[in-house]
This record gives sequence, structure tokens and C-alpha cells, in this order.
Amino acid sequence: MVVRMTNSAITASGLRKAFGDKVVLDGIDLEVGEGSIFSLLGPNGSGKTTTVNVLSTLTKADGGTVRVAGHDVATDARAVRAAIGVTGQFAAVDELLTGRENLQLMVDLNRRIHAGDGKRIVTELLERFDLVESAGKPASTYSGGMRRKLDLAMTLVGDPRIIFLDEPTTGLDPRSRRTMWSIIRDLVAGGVTVFLTTQYLEEADQLADRVAVLDQGHLVAQGTPDELKRQIAGTHVRLRFTTAAELDAAARLFPESTRDDEALTLRVPSDGGTASLRAVLDRLDEYSLGAEEFSVHRPDLDDVFLALTGRTTEVAAK
Amino acid sequence: MKAHSMVMLRRNFKHIARNPTTVFNAVLMPVVMLFMFVYMFGDAFSVGVDYVDYATPGLILLAVCYGLGSVATSVNSDMTKGVINRFKVMDISRGAVLTGHVIASVLTNLLAIAALVGVALLLGFDPSASVLDWLGLLGIVALLGVALAWFTVALGLAAKTPETAGMAAVPLVMLPFFSSAIVPAETMGPGLREFAQYQPFTPIIETLRGLLGGSPAGSDVIVAIAWCAGIAVLGYVWASATFTKRA
Repeated sequence: MVVRMTNSAITASGLRKAFGDKVVLDGIDLEVGEGSIFSLLGPNGSGKTTTVNVLSTLTKADGGTVRVAGHDVATDARAVRAAIGVTGQFAAVDELLTGRENLQLMVDLNRRIHAGDGKRIVTELLERFDLVESAGKPASTYSGGMRRKLDLAMTLVGDPRIIFLDEPTTGLDPRSRRTMWSIIRDLVAGGVTVFLTTQYLEEADQLADRVAVLDQGHLVAQGTPDELKRQIAGTHVRLRFTTAAELDAAARLFPESTRDDEALTLRVPSDGGTASLRAVLDRLDEYSLGAEEFSVHRPDLDDVFLALTGRTTEVAAK
Repeated sequence: MKAHSMVMLRRNFKHIARNPTTVFNAVLMPVVMLFMFVYMFGDAFSVGVDYVDYATPGLILLAVCYGLGSVATSVNSDMTKGVINRFKVMDISRGAVLTGHVIASVLTNLLAIAALVGVALLLGFDPSASVLDWLGLLGIVALLGVALAWFTVALGLAAKTPETAGMAAVPLVMLPFFSSAIVPAETMGPGLREFAQYQPFTPIIETLRGLLGGSPAGSDVIVAIAWCAGIAVLGYVWASATFTKRA
């Protein structure tokens, strides 16, 4: 994938922030190219939300400089605000207003929208986010997925060129998550820059042009999703045996595998598809070997963390 | 700036329309109090004039205070819910959301007072105010409404939860009872009498009473305006500071 770095939508250097004596961001440098998706990946408590808050003018940094859409967030917050849209971790909708009224509120508050265009913008967004049917109901009656959609639709009023999404799919069911992904892809197809935080490696992999991994206020890795994945074990099949003899025999069958003698497990690289799984099972059958347990393992944030920091995300969150 | 406040005011009106009980209470309670004091207790109080004439100005002030509890609660729930974060990252005037609450509160006050005065007239209230006095009354009531609304907005911002915000406004609702609203301060016991004489609501009520009686006393008017202006400035400064801190 070609990363369009000719123009930067967001640049941050030496970003620092502490709350009391707790250091949350400890020297963050990052650059997001115009029209690209940048994903900040990290476990709970790593500083993702603080980063978004600083980049979007909600929180003042203690040190470092940030430029968003060419404006300094510290000295020209208003110009930054006029250029960005932010969807936080918790849906920022007015619960007592209906979906349509929420969108109309955003239209009314936007200085750049001409009065005559308001109705059309609201209707288009309701259609685009599949909210027409519930447009007349108060947002308090919406499901989690609908609320997120309304939230994002509100962010898009006025066509901001840079959008911050803080964990846009956390807590969503798989279907709503896919819908959200396709909405985000459409945005970028229209030239919008997206800064996205997530706890899911898969999400960063699916969407992002570049990924940065955040751990306790430090960026521990930055690159394309492929570069990142090269540093960790790919999708594999995990086989657990009952005896060391069986493990030995199986390890000879799969020369590319890695074994764990203590747990009596064997890790066989596989793409996770049915054909490759069948090949593994057939080969075990052929030699009359049976594994006690068989599982397909996809690399997740835990694997990335283990590979990059030597710690699990649970330890990192403490 | 003004336009954004109007948009926020429209939002407040929609909230009220969805949940009308608060305004219903704010309008109904003073009327109920009027019935209670005039019919139940009125004969027991000796105030030198028809009791309805004495009590109505006090109840006007009570009507202003009564609407405030819900203002504190709704300001606070605005701050604790995510929608405020959206407003803060938008290119809009920062105080607009607060101004919206203040204007909605003052309009609710005026509605409640109109209902109260209407019912009082039916009960035999006989004001001798001139047109100019009525205008003066409207001005004092609006000034008081704005002052107390800013003060309450500050209380709402300072509270941690909507529930504690509602509680924080309770003293404002109680304060009129310890003033000359219901009975003259001179009839109260020592201690309470001095408190009632010097607390801010008494000169404000006496001003309203003077205006409705057609003979406002200049000293009361000046003290009342000074109190209102003081409370307004204090409330506004406190609210702005708390808003910035929470933002």
C-alpha cells in the first residue's frame, strides 16, 4: 500500500502529559498522512484516549507540539476544532433528543453550513447510516450500535477533513463492527483522514495504513500492519498431546512447527482455512496420532504485546 | 455567540417538552402554595392588609426559587454525559450551553409568575401598581431570575452527580421561608428575625411588595438591585471558572 505522506494531517512531537504524578504520555512522536487511516493500538490504560484528547484540543499537553490540519492545537484551538470531528469512546449524543434532532443540532451549531442545506444534510446522513426508521425516536431508545452510528453521523456534519475515532467498535457485536468498518473505509475513500484507536489487532489490520503500538505512554512500535505482524507469530493451529512421545512423533511430521515441551503443545503455522486444517488432521490420521486438544489461534493484541514488550496486556494495564 | 445560545435554548425547550414534569412542578407548586397560605393559614396571620396582597409578592420570589432545582440537575447531567465533550471539541462559543440553561430558567420563572399572579387576581389580589410599577416588577424579577439561574448553574457544575446537584439547590428553595415572604420579619423570634431582615431575599420581596402596592421604597430597590447584581456576578464568575475546569 502506498502511504501518502506528501502532506501531514496530524503531526505530534515530544508529546507529554501527566495527571498528578502519573505520567500518561511520555514523549509521543507521530505523523499521519492526509487521507490515510492511522491506528493507535494499545490495551486499556495505555494512554490512547489521552492522546486523542490532546490531539483534539480537549486536553492541554504538558509538553511537545501538535499540529492538526496545519494549526497548532495550543495556540489555535478554534481553527483545529473547525477542521476536525471527534467521536469519543462513549456516544456523545443527546439522549432526550431524537436522532434527527441530534443531527439538526449539529447543523445549527456549524458556522459553515448555509441554512438552506441543513435539511438535506440531515436526511442524507440518516439514509447513509441506515437510521431513517428510528429518526423520530429519542436516542435513549437506541441500541449500542445505533447510538454509535448516530454519534459518528453527528461527527460528520459539516464534512470535517480529519476525524478522530476513539475505540469506535468497543462493545459492538460483530455485525455492527463490520458495518462500522465499511463506514470508515468509505470515509477515507472520500479523502478524509482518520485517526483511530483500538484494542483489536484485527481492526488495525483491517483498516489502517499505519499502526502505532502504545504501551504505558510510549510508542513501542510503528509501521504498516504487515510490518507489525512480521514481528509476531502468524495464525497457527495449536495441538495438545497427552504424552511426550506423541509430541515427539507429531513434531517430526510438521518440521516448520514449534513445540512447547512443558505444555505438551505443538504450534503449526496455518492460514486457518478449512483446506489447511484438513491437511493437518489428515497428516495426524495418517500416522495414527490423535491430539487431545485442537485450536486455531489468530494473533491478537496480546501476541503483539508479548512480542514487543515481553509482557501480556493484563500486566501492561497495571 | 448569540445564535449558538439560541440553538442551545431550543435544545433546552425540547428537553422540557420531552420531560414536562419539571416545568409543570415549577408552575404548579407556587399556585398550590398560594392556595395553602391564603386559604389555610391566611386568617391566622395578622399582617395589617389582606393576606393575599401580602403573600403574593413573597410567592413571586418563591416561584423563581422553585424552578431552580431542576436547573441544577439538568446542568449537571449535561456535564456528566458525553454530549458536552462533543460541544467542547466543536468550534462553538463555549458558554452557549450554559446561557441556554439560564434563558430557559428565566422563561420558566416568568411563566410560573404569570400563572401565580393570574390565580392571585382570581383570589382577590388587588395590586395598585401603575404600568411603570409593573415594568419595574418585570425588570426586578428578570434580574433576580438571571442572577439565581447563574448561581444555580454554578451549583450544578460544582456538584459531582445530578442527585447532589438537586440537593445543592434546596437551600435556595428554603431561603424564602426565612424572609418576609410569608410573614413580616418583625413577628419572628430573636435571631431568626435578624436573619430574615438582612438576608438578600427580604429587600427583594419588599421591593416587589412596594411596586405592587404602587409605592416602592427607594432604599429597598437599591439594596435589591445590588444583591441581584452581586449574586449574578458571583454566579457567572463561579460558573465560568468551574466550566473551564471541568472542560
